[in-house]
Amino acid sequence: MSTEARKPPAQIALKIRRVLGGKAGWNGVAVQFAFAAILGWIGYEIVSNARANLENQHIAAGFGFLRNNAGFDVNQTLISYTGSDTFLRVFVVGLLNTLVVSVVGIFFATVIGFIVALCRLSPNWLLSRVGEIYVEIIRNLPLLFQILFWYLAVLAALPNPRQSISLLGLAFISNRGLVIPRPIGESGFEAFLAVLAFGIVASLALRIYARRALFQRGQMIRIWPYVLGLLFGLPLATMLVSGVPFTFEVPQLKGFNFAGGSRIIPEFVALTLALSTYTAAFIAEIVRAGILSVHRGQMEAGSSLGLSRGTTLRLIVVPQAMRVIVPPLTNQYLNLTKNSSLAVAIGYPDLVSVFAGTSLSQTGQAIEIIAMTMGVYLLISLLTSAIMSVYGWRVSRSLGA
Amino acid sequence: MKRVTLALTLALAAGLSAQAADAQTLKTVKDRGMLSCGVSQGLPGFSSPDDKGNWTGLDVDLCRAIAGAIFNDATKVKYVPLSAKDRFTALQSGEIDVLSRNTTWTISRDTSLGANFTGVTYYDGQGFMVKKSLKVNSALELNSASVCVQTGTTTEQNLADYFKANNMKYEVIAFGTNDETVKAYEAGRCDVFTTDQSGLYANRLKLANPNDHMVLPEIISKEPLGPMVRHGDDQWFDIVKWTLFALVTTEELGVTSKNVDEKAKLENPELKRVLGSDGNFGEQLGLTKDWVVRIVKAVGNYGEVFDRNVGAGSPLAINRGLNNLWNKGGLQYAPPIR
Repeated sequence: MSTEARKPPAQIALKIRRVLGGKAGWNGVAVQFAFAAILGWIGYEIVSNARANLENQHIAAGFGFLRNNAGFDVNQTLISYTGSDTFLRVFVVGLLNTLVVSVVGIFFATVIGFIVALCRLSPNWLLSRVGEIYVEIIRNLPLLFQILFWYLAVLAALPNPRQSISLLGLAFISNRGLVIPRPIGESGFEAFLAVLAFGIVASLALRIYARRALFQRGQMIRIWPYVLGLLFGLPLATMLVSGVPFTFEVPQLKGFNFAGGSRIIPEFVALTLALSTYTAAFIAEIVRAGILSVHRGQMEAGSSLGLSRGTTLRLIVVPQAMRVIVPPLTNQYLNLTKNSSLAVAIGYPDLVSVFAGTSLSQTGQAIEIIAMTMGVYLLISLLTSAIMSVYGWRVSRSLGA
Repeated sequence: MKRVTLALTLALAAGLSAQAADAQTLKTVKDRGMLSCGVSQGLPGFSSPDDKGNWTGLDVDLCRAIAGAIFNDATKVKYVPLSAKDRFTALQSGEIDVLSRNTTWTISRDTSLGANFTGVTYYDGQGFMVKKSLKVNSALELNSASVCVQTGTTTEQNLADYFKANNMKYEVIAFGTNDETVKAYEAGRCDVFTTDQSGLYANRLKLANPNDHMVLPEIISKEPLGPMVRHGDDQWFDIVKWTLFALVTTEELGVTSKNVDEKAKLENPELKRVLGSDGNFGEQLGLTKDWVVRIVKAVGNYGEVFDRNVGAGSPLAINRGLNNLWNKGGLQYAPPIR
């Protein structure tokens, strides 16, 4: 009789069996591997079949077209672009246009959404009805119609350039958009910008320091005089010392349109309006749900401490509600970004319009262009979720949950 | 359950690995009993549906002529409305058999899309439309103007070329569909609407007050519009190509939808060849001997098609101009049927 203990079974193999096979044991594991192999094979077949067919039909393939001249113009470009630039640059131009409308849209959607949610929760009967009507109307109408509505409404309300509304003779509003004077840097402009940036960074650092002092030592530090000095005093002082480092280029009506100055096109305004008001309706409901998820007792505790309703909301209720709000809020941010692709309906030159639209039909390379466009949207969405996850994690941590 | 999934995936994979059959368009069309024809989403005179959903227009009549030649029934056509940017993908993927949608013939489209143009149904050129109140008489006075254009067309590149060549600045606003472009132009977003000149006349009819708008005289590009078919099926290419040539030839010979039966009885050797009582050209195409008779009975000759849809007999009232027969000062010319 052996007294030797039985050898324990290999842990890793067991783990694989449990995770992949489940109740079916090793047979289950084999099926899983076979399934994965078949999936891989199907993927390979799809790619190779598409390639063979493209070649058979003599359809151009590959990404070489990105180096070709685009040969068409784009209305709004954040980087310099002319018709003789490449399709790759068109791609970047479109991407930046999508990003700018998304970021601005997300900002306004969040602000409007919070305001509407607070209206709905307000004890004031009129305010809460107004909030309710807003949400119910906006979220129940198709977004495309809202975009077209804002576009045609914005256009219809504005005069043509020759009768444009002048703001002090410096800025002009017409159905070609809003034109404002553009600062043109002269000598010393970079140094001026550096001073400005320093002021902003230093103010932020001061704020972090003050909050730390408050939470760790219970010490109140008044920082606003310093911030004011850093943000406005410092740049003013530099200007007094070395003169104004920039001049303004004032827009002037020439022929059909304004020449000079910077311009915000009506398509951008209409799209931002539609996207932010539409998404705000959903955000309002999310915020309302989040605030209602915080126990009433918290609000009552705030009042019994003598805090006003606004202060209680800001300092006690909303921070706790954020834990519930952040995940669905992320969804809305992603939706807004993806919905911005409806821009093509009103001629805003976003990624889908200039790249998956015009470039596609100029080159005919649908597979490559659609794949690139989808990849970019995926990347933007994943990045947005990642940022929001980090934020959500910080919110939970600060609540000690 | 697992076994079913497995069988399904295997079947799917097997289906995918089968090569797309591409050399049998005529057989596919006959089996289906319908010609699938890609047209525009509504361009009066070329392809547009009426209030009962019947499609009419010059491009539509080419589809009807092909269906007439194959089935002896011009109604056996399924129309697939396509936007400018979807049209080539629809042809490449086999969703449509022929693209007859005011499409400009260019070398890059002929070589890199896996498709071929079969001929020219309409010789066009890009023009500009403006409001009369702007008091502009020439496209060269358009410096700094805002221009509305439909995206996914040759128009955008022509526009860039023209303004650059003439050292003029402009702002382009590109819309997804023709109707959105026209609406923005009407709303005053831009000073100028540009597209092929035939399209300008057609779209002008859609405006509230057509007479407040005018088409400028300049034509800034060559826009030969024609039908397209996929690469790799020469028989189908020939059928579409010769359907158009048959339309032109019959106009040249004075054969119309009204007199085709009488003309077929005449002892004229050329008429006998064309109308099928002599020779078997139709059968060599894969059609019937009387293919030309069928085409003319379906839609008439090229002149009739033109007049009915875009010419004197239509609201567009466009002159024949370049689209007249070669022996009447135009460019429409067909190789002989012999």
